[in-house]
Amino acid sequence: MTFSPELETKFAKMLQSYPPGRERSAVVPMLIYAQDETGYVTDELVEEVARRCGVTSLQVHEVVGYYSMLYRKPRGKYHVQVCTNISCLLVGGEELYHHAEKKLGIGNKQVTADGLFSLEEVECMGACSWAPAIEINYDFHHAVTPEKFDALIDALQKKHS
Amino acid sequence: MLYNEPSPLEVRVLTRRFGLPDSASLDTYLAHEGYQAFQKAVKMTPEAIIEEVKASALRGRGGAGFPTGMKWSFVPRNSPKPRVLVVNADESEPGTCKDRLLMEYDPHQLIEGMMIGGLAVDAHRGYVYIRGEYRYLIDHMDRAIEEAYRKGWLGKNIQGTGFDFDVYTHSGAGAYECGEETALLDSIEGKRGIPRMKPPFPAVAGAWGLPTLLNNVETFCAVPAIIRDGGAAFAALGTPKNGGTRLLCISGHVNKPGVYEIPLGFPMMKAINELAGGIPGGRKLKAVIPGGSSCPVLRAEECDIPMDYDTLMKAGSMLGSGGMVVMDETTCMVRAALRIMKFYAHESCGWCIPCREGTTWLRKILERIVEGRGQKSDLPLLGDLAKNMLGRTFCALGDAAAMPTISIVEKFPEEFEAYFSGKAVESAARHEPAFVTA
Repeated sequence: MTFSPELETKFAKMLQSYPPGRERSAVVPMLIYAQDETGYVTDELVEEVARRCGVTSLQVHEVVGYYSMLYRKPRGKYHVQVCTNISCLLVGGEELYHHAEKKLGIGNKQVTADGLFSLEEVECMGACSWAPAIEINYDFHHAVTPEKFDALIDALQKKHS
Repeated sequence: MLYNEPSPLEVRVLTRRFGLPDSASLDTYLAHEGYQAFQKAVKMTPEAIIEEVKASALRGRGGAGFPTGMKWSFVPRNSPKPRVLVVNADESEPGTCKDRLLMEYDPHQLIEGMMIGGLAVDAHRGYVYIRGEYRYLIDHMDRAIEEAYRKGWLGKNIQGTGFDFDVYTHSGAGAYECGEETALLDSIEGKRGIPRMKPPFPAVAGAWGLPTLLNNVETFCAVPAIIRDGGAAFAALGTPKNGGTRLLCISGHVNKPGVYEIPLGFPMMKAINELAGGIPGGRKLKAVIPGGSSCPVLRAEECDIPMDYDTLMKAGSMLGSGGMVVMDETTCMVRAALRIMKFYAHESCGWCIPCREGTTWLRKILERIVEGRGQKSDLPLLGDLAKNMLGRTFCALGDAAAMPTISIVEKFPEEFEAYFSGKAVESAARHEPAFVTA
């Protein structure tokens, strides 16, 4: 299994960045960076990361099961994450999440039929002073109103129609 | 831009370069006193550096508030094992969003703080563990690190001083528990983030069993100013044993939520009413979470206090990680308690049974109360269950989940009663909070 040249360069550097013999340390970062290219953690990816980091595939599996950003199933091209934790809750985060369900026509951790969007209700992502906040893939959007949410989604939809 | 218009009430030490053109660049940093502290520290003995940090009365900004200089002195410099340095940038305590700004607008301040830490404990490798959700910041830090290498501020024989230091970023992948320092160490070793029994403390046996200097982003970012201007000058900005300034993240029901740099001992009500512009619509204050969701809630009448570690402790809460959540009179404290508990139940790593089971049961009880299926006996049950979690887990997550619950149960029993009598269930369904426009 190979990745883009940029990622291969990153991984080569990454394996050198830990003390000698401690390549296992690269398991989590390698999985999350690789997932950006494969879409989700495939069985093949588990084997590949295990091989590169010198651990068993079981040791990779147990890590995948623990971290909430490592996904075992495909998500939408745009993964929409809405925070409903306390700071967001106080200024409409929960209502925004329900609005997102309606707008996208899907529930938590579901994917739209065209594969364009997936939705997830997430825990605090460090945008409390600019709540309610969402993250689409790795892009933060702050002080999101239902109107602003619709505009963001419509713009992405238009890009792909 | 995430930073605010500077307020005259702020004391800007760590955030002084925010707003400068291209503030994240090495050139801007060098033009504004950047790396001067390193040049000074490299001529000092490790003991003198640690003494200066002790004199600053700097306390850990991640939540626990442990004296930083003392923590640094625990790392055995003469150990036959190499020392390493780890920065906790797994900022995930609900209400907290300050390390983001420090990394985004002044990444070299963090790198310089790490280098000085390296000099103090004779470490030559540092890792910045950044939560996975902050990918843009990981890339941003990578660029700053790369620029520092390119211009001779990292790597071998830095600026001809003979000091070698390497810095790497390390991505997390979504786990609140990894903000706990020993779980973070397991995570950086490529494992599930499970807390370790202490002792040994990370200072003695941390990442890969090596002596490890581990601090929060903001803690390391305070170090250059301390070395440059002296520990005493930093200490003088705050109150006794609570040195310097800190970043306060204000969120919730205020007109101007944001991240503000305040001297320790700053009055809490002044922060709410003046820095953050007061509560929208002239509504009344109901409660404040002073330093992130793990801190016991204060009732409005308990909030007329200066914000430093010791005063907050005396008031029965904590200054924590600086995540101040303001709740006005429209807030339903039962629903707030439920949302906070949902978080802890989701994030408990499951290693210690009192935490794993306790958070889950607390969530279930709170859920049935909010759904109108609660009964009077649920109130003492909540308090009892939460109190039995205290001190019975490897790490502080169990306590962090129990403490806000205990405080809400004890301080707002009438709100639970309203659910038991069926009054609140109806009104909660009609409650539609207004969006706060910043």
